[in-house]
Amino acid sequence: MSGVALAMLGAVSQGVLWGLMVLGVYITYKILDIADLTVDGSFALGGCVCASMIAVNHMNPVLAILVALAAGLLAGAVTGFLHTVFDIPAILSGILTQIALWSINLRIMGGKSNVPLLKSKTIFTATVENTGLTQSQVALIVGVIIAAAVIAFLYWFFGTELGAALRATGNNEAMIRALGVDIRKTKMIALMLSNGLVAVSGALVCQSQKFGDINMGTGAIVIGLASIVIGEVLLGRLRSFGSKLISAVVGSVVYFLIRAIVLQLGMNANDMKLLSAIIVAFALCIPVAVSKWKVRRSYSEGGQD
Amino acid sequence: MLEISNVKKTFNKGTINEKQALVGINLTLKSEDFVTIIGGNGAGKSTMLNMIAGVYPIDEGKIILNGEDISRKPEHARAKYLGRVFQDPMKGTAAGMEIQENLALAYRRGRKRGLKWAITKKEQELYREQLKTLDLGLEDRMTSKVGLLSGGQRQALTLLMASLQQPELLLLDEHTAALDPKTAAKVLALTEKIISEHHLTAMMVTHNMKDAIRLGNRLIMMHEGKIIYDVSGEEKKKLQVSDLLAKFEQVSGGEFANDRMMLA
Repeated sequence: MSGVALAMLGAVSQGVLWGLMVLGVYITYKILDIADLTVDGSFALGGCVCASMIAVNHMNPVLAILVALAAGLLAGAVTGFLHTVFDIPAILSGILTQIALWSINLRIMGGKSNVPLLKSKTIFTATVENTGLTQSQVALIVGVIIAAAVIAFLYWFFGTELGAALRATGNNEAMIRALGVDIRKTKMIALMLSNGLVAVSGALVCQSQKFGDINMGTGAIVIGLASIVIGEVLLGRLRSFGSKLISAVVGSVVYFLIRAIVLQLGMNANDMKLLSAIIVAFALCIPVAVSKWKVRRSYSEGGQD
Repeated sequence: MLEISNVKKTFNKGTINEKQALVGINLTLKSEDFVTIIGGNGAGKSTMLNMIAGVYPIDEGKIILNGEDISRKPEHARAKYLGRVFQDPMKGTAAGMEIQENLALAYRRGRKRGLKWAITKKEQELYREQLKTLDLGLEDRMTSKVGLLSGGQRQALTLLMASLQQPELLLLDEHTAALDPKTAAKVLALTEKIISEHHLTAMMVTHNMKDAIRLGNRLIMMHEGKIIYDVSGEEKKKLQVSDLLAKFEQVSGGEFANDRMMLA
């Protein structure tokens, strides 16, 4: 396989593993209608917990992912607690948890900013040894299986009574309160579920890249938003809930493909965050700009459109 | 069935914007009472309904519904007893969800929501039947998003949702005020029908004096956070708009002329 094809395959498998994080962001940003900035912290939390569990405690890699999940659920609960019990705005609650997590993540990794897993077993290594496939191929297959399972789970959950109440919370708080739902609970559940997924994504990325790093979550929220936007642009015509979840993961894959391509073209890797921010900013600006332009045009052309 | 005793509420207490919204409300409703509530802006009509629904906590007093003291219960815990329709048609429905999903949410009002399917096949039939009674063709659009409906359609849907699970008390807060006259008349007729068919106890805030006189078996007028006029039975039937205007003038000193009280 050529170097370029290899890089692209790596990008796709990375996109799928990060796609779980995007699904987490989708829950808060699209369903609950709040921007939860805990994500940067909880992604790194997942990675750091996983790295430390495997490297220091020699834990089974699958179990390490479950511990990361529990840590993510807890991180979401802290944000939820600040937001629902003390009415701190969601964005600020998320930032507070995110900042706190930076110190906590360092402590989890014993004060080191990077914990390598070079010789340790991961959920990918066993398959690599048994099948002879490359690390990227295995990461892609395992990633797709997990992503499919998570999408199936979310599809089921948001179709239940509780899930519907959660969607309604994001849609119209006054209405769902009047129908007897305690929105503190639904918001709490959504924030926990979201950050739990984000942490699992962090743990999987950690195992695939074979290290946990204190900075691995920086900018995750922007990557999540960019992926959602890209997914909507590409598959926006599909209306069903399931296809929207799929398009979030597809968006993530495309994001990492774009990233790999521009890196291949010689762009500095450090400029990638700038590019991500520009993509999200554009995506948020375009609908507003279009509607303003339409209003102005309707005035200048005598109200006809 | 509903006893409100000495309920008081002051907003922004201790600030320059202090507003005494309710100054000792006393009201007792019998089962199947249909009370219309009129009064100028800031009279406390909506505040009273919101206090019953638990949107804000009350400062003083008691609200007892069917023998149970609900004064200190949170809004979501009172929801199982109350059906509510708001003035803003956008407020009573979830725009991004399907018509049938909205109905299913309302069907579970006040019940525990677990991990069973949010909507079952059997329910869908029930919703179809119920939507037919609205006569708006919504039974053929059950999977459409509510955001696609007009204000009147949304208000009719909200009304249906409020009565889907029979409420102890139906609270209607100027629910036709944001609609055009024709649609308002339609929604009002539907309101009457639902209340009489289900034998509901209801409170309806309105700015239309004719409606206030024509509908219901009891009428109360509020002014500056107090109930200043309470009439029911035969006496209410004989009431004329001019009587209400005179009453209003008497307490407010002619200020009604500036109000959006509709005479038509």
